[in-house]
Amino acid sequence: METIILFAPLVGALICGFGWKFIGEAAAQWTATGFLFLSCLLSWVVFLGFDGETEIIPILRWIESGSLATDWAIRLDRLTAIMLIVITTVSALVHLYSFGYMAHDENFKESESYRPRFFAYLSFFTFAMLMLVTADNLVQLFFGWEGVGLASYLLIGFYYRKPSANAAAIKAFVVNRVGDFGLALGIFAVFFLVDSINLSDVFAAAPEIAETELTFLWTSWNAAELIAFLLFVGAMGKSAQLFLHTWLPDAMEGPTPVSALIHAATMVTAGVFLVCRMSPIMEFAPSATTFVVVIGAATAFFAATVGLVQNDIKRVIAYSTCSQLGYMFVAAGVGVYSAAMFHLFTHAFFKAMLFLGAGAVIHAMHHEQDMRNYGGLRKKIPYTFAAMLIGTLAITGVGIPLTYIGFAGFLSKDAIIESAFAGGTGAAQFAFWALVISALFTSFYSWRLMFLTFWGEPRGNKRTHEHAHESPWTMLAPLGVLAIGAIFSGMVWHKDFFGHANEVGRFFGVPYAAEAGEQAEAAEEALEPDQPVSELSEAYEEGHYVFTGQPGEGALYIAPDNHVLDDAHEVPAWVKVAPFAAMLLGLALSFLFYIVKPDLPRRLAENQRPLYLFLLNKWYFDEAYNVIFVQPAKWLGGFLWRRGDGSAIDGTINGVAMGIIPFFTRLAGRAQSGYLFHYAFAMVVGIAVLLTWMSITGGAE
Amino acid sequence: MVGLEHYLTVAAALFVIGIFGLFLNRKNVIIILMSIELMLLAVNINLVAFSAYLGDLVGQVFTLFVLTVAAAEAAIGLAILVCFFRNRGTIDVEDVNVMKG
Repeated sequence: METIILFAPLVGALICGFGWKFIGEAAAQWTATGFLFLSCLLSWVVFLGFDGETEIIPILRWIESGSLATDWAIRLDRLTAIMLIVITTVSALVHLYSFGYMAHDENFKESESYRPRFFAYLSFFTFAMLMLVTADNLVQLFFGWEGVGLASYLLIGFYYRKPSANAAAIKAFVVNRVGDFGLALGIFAVFFLVDSINLSDVFAAAPEIAETELTFLWTSWNAAELIAFLLFVGAMGKSAQLFLHTWLPDAMEGPTPVSALIHAATMVTAGVFLVCRMSPIMEFAPSATTFVVVIGAATAFFAATVGLVQNDIKRVIAYSTCSQLGYMFVAAGVGVYSAAMFHLFTHAFFKAMLFLGAGAVIHAMHHEQDMRNYGGLRKKIPYTFAAMLIGTLAITGVGIPLTYIGFAGFLSKDAIIESAFAGGTGAAQFAFWALVISALFTSFYSWRLMFLTFWGEPRGNKRTHEHAHESPWTMLAPLGVLAIGAIFSGMVWHKDFFGHANEVGRFFGVPYAAEAGEQAEAAEEALEPDQPVSELSEAYEEGHYVFTGQPGEGALYIAPDNHVLDDAHEVPAWVKVAPFAAMLLGLALSFLFYIVKPDLPRRLAENQRPLYLFLLNKWYFDEAYNVIFVQPAKWLGGFLWRRGDGSAIDGTINGVAMGIIPFFTRLAGRAQSGYLFHYAFAMVVGIAVLLTWMSITGGAE
Repeated sequence: MVGLEHYLTVAAALFVIGIFGLFLNRKNVIIILMSIELMLLAVNINLVAFSAYLGDLVGQVFTLFVLTVAAAEAAIGLAILVCFFRNRGTIDVEDVNVMKG
């Protein structure tokens, strides 16, 4: 069954991409979509019927080279099961949605067939992403990792007649290469140390790795820290974290369904998935996880500030995605991997919905993306409005404080903020405040988007507004399904992802100790001599559970001394209410700015011009990178081209062919006088030279 | 007593005469052919001299073969010369330069 889940999208992609000429466009599209829905259905069966036991399903023998031997296999554990439903559900719905969205596209000529290509790319992406999450070894994971990068490149540059789309595609690819370099180095380091790339072996060797020193660059590092750091660099690239985030907003050049599928729900969360998957190594790398927390918090804050002032509806959501990914990394960094997965899971629903809703708005407004030209669309497109409203309520985290009732984002985001507070370290404190402020900003820009789009007076082109129309059912149905996820996915699975340790442990298949005696035994088994027994019994008295799994047992590894999950439930009430209060404040400010006094934003922007420009230009990251990296690279390229290739290589060849060789030819030509005695003279001289030489060197002796 | 050295001296003298015949002659191609024959003979004398000196008949047998080949070669050379004269109307060395590169 898992094999079918994995390969159905590939079969769909192949039939759709190569066979559409034989079976027709519509049939090809339905084939790809049908296979995706099959895959989606089976994924839900697997997820709901999964018992938490890690299962390895070999498919074929893949690599045999020296000591490197590995199968192509599916590693089915809770992490994989979660990712399976996220990917296949969103992907299936996006396939369906694309029927409406891609029906008529002004970027292509009337007679051109672009739809089968689009569907084939989408299906191929899904296959690569499934490959990534089901990987049983790091190279298989890397294959999927690069596969989704390729699909992302192809889909961002789908409108290949637009120079900006091509540029964005290349930018995404190149920036991702930077991260992938780190990931590849991390995998090399793992293979170097463990002599295996199978995840089971790597996890089992994690405690050993933590005690190894590895020389890298100019100094020696703790191996676990180094590997965790390098893997996280890969995750930063894929998940658009600060410093490697610049490609994500530009990736919005792709069609909107692509943004929903790849650049919101699935591919960009691959980095979070990687960090969670490698939790056995992360748990042994406190410095690296601190780095993860800092980068995650900084990204959440940075992206939220930039999102405040963007005018392109898709860019606002793109920065929102970037920001939410930062949240997930904070959770993973403080050691509550389940909360990171929880947010990943809920975020996929509501962010995909926001993007698809934005796509519906763009579709209704004839490909107008500037929010300043929207306004008052509430009545024109009521279903889209309802969907966007649910998405906004979910992302801003609306719910009843201090209970577990609320939209998906309410539960998962609060889980992360509480975890950050409970994290204890300085970095975690920084992350807590950054995330609370980001929650305020999130609320502000999300409601700003809503108010600008759906409330107020219609602005911009009048004709466009008159022709605004509701989308076809193929576009509305996915919105409806995702709305269910955005409302209920938080409440239904809250206990499993962010309950007490025993509930989370059961869900993820991680062993946990329910009794003090067992706990102490397990702790002894886990060889944690520095863990005082008194602390354990104390923990028991407070009714806490402790994870006792060995690295590689269950889907996650949480070190026995990692109590953040427990502590997160014990945080003060004001911490639990803080994100909600921030959300309300953001909503109130947004209401004030865009409904009560619509001229206030303009006045503020004029008063605070430098700050406004700073945010509008995304903290000048692109400009700085242009000066620091792109221009020197171009200069170097130009230098190598003109001086290196033009002067040195071409110059050498031309000089030899047109200067030196003709010179010798003329010389040789002049020697061929045609006079017999000249030749004879040459021979005699030759004999004389030969004789002299033989006499001097001793000749025959 | 006539020793090996005398034979070699004669041969060397003949050889050098042949060389000079090649170089100094600017008039007639036939003289070049004759000079080549002279040099060939010098070599033959060497062969025979060493053959007698070392008591090995191979050298003298070899000489006979060389003489045969030289005769054939001279015949061919003269034939080429005749053809050449018919074509160009001259056998002056100065004018024989069709092999010029």
